[in-house]
Amino acid sequence: MNDKLIIAGKSYNSRLLVGTGKYKDFAETKAAVEASGSEIITVAIRRSNIGQNPNEPSLLEILPPSKYTLLPNTAGCYSAEDAVRTLRLARELLDGHSLVKLEVLGDPESLYPNVIETIAASKTLVAEGFQVMVYTSDDPIVAKQLEDIGCVAIMPLASLIGSGMGILNPWNLQLIMERVQVPVIVDAGVGTASDAAIAMELGCAGVLMNTAIAGARQPVLMASAMKLSVEAGRSAFLAGRMPKKFYSASPSSPTAGTIGSTHS
Amino acid sequence: MKVITISINGASRQLPDFTSVATLIEELGLVGKRIALERNGEIVPRSSFSTQQLADGDKLEVVVAVGGG
Repeated sequence: MNDKLIIAGKSYNSRLLVGTGKYKDFAETKAAVEASGSEIITVAIRRSNIGQNPNEPSLLEILPPSKYTLLPNTAGCYSAEDAVRTLRLARELLDGHSLVKLEVLGDPESLYPNVIETIAASKTLVAEGFQVMVYTSDDPIVAKQLEDIGCVAIMPLASLIGSGMGILNPWNLQLIMERVQVPVIVDAGVGTASDAAIAMELGCAGVLMNTAIAGARQPVLMASAMKLSVEAGRSAFLAGRMPKKFYSASPSSPTAGTIGSTHS
Repeated sequence: MKVITISINGASRQLPDFTSVATLIEELGLVGKRIALERNGEIVPRSSFSTQQLADGDKLEVVVAVGGG
């Protein structure tokens, strides 16, 4: 089936995007990423540990840019300025790679996005030639504005980052999808496989997650569960579910010819 | 020999005057590592590491990619 996820003109087979944080070591990170089947994986940009064990392997040796589409993020940024600086560094780090994940947070407890700073950063980044996949709230008006600015994917939260609370407001996701042409990817809040399937059944173009996999008791097994659920949810969306009815009065087996019938 | 003081990732460090970015990278053991460098808020492309000389009061940020969501 030719059903590709297309972001900024590039097509991907997998609709599951995964983060690389919170794993116990690089071996587990690598195994989970492989089990997830993801082609797009997020990385964070942080200060180098100057003078500390220069022979330590780096994440990009484990997950090489030749094999994966690396999506540098701005996690931990609370202002448009810091987010833009971080992504300029990321572009230099990744040899001019321009596909990025923008997230500007509003407060350190909830990690709720600051949409005002997010909009400001999007404008600067798009003007500088970045292809911006943007993490945002599930506000359909803001989502539309971000698309109009030129973001290549809109990534609303399903619930708070790292909460595992699942899809709390499917109706807002629906409103966003009705208004936005670029891919809508649920980013944040997925807790288990059924949450990912629900997002896909709603018609989302993909799901991005980190903690749901890294925080599972067996991360590699959960990565494979997420791969299957995203595929199952996508197929169910394409297949088109039957309408919900309180009563059906339409059993699946023939109504005629049951034994002991008194009429023909 | 004149000495300059710069800041790298928030920590201060003294260097001889006329030190290039390339020399500093070497001194930090970061040659061949995938890093990106910002000097006073501006990106320094890898191609100009050898031609840029550091100045007293420079603020550098040296970053790498790490696991993140």
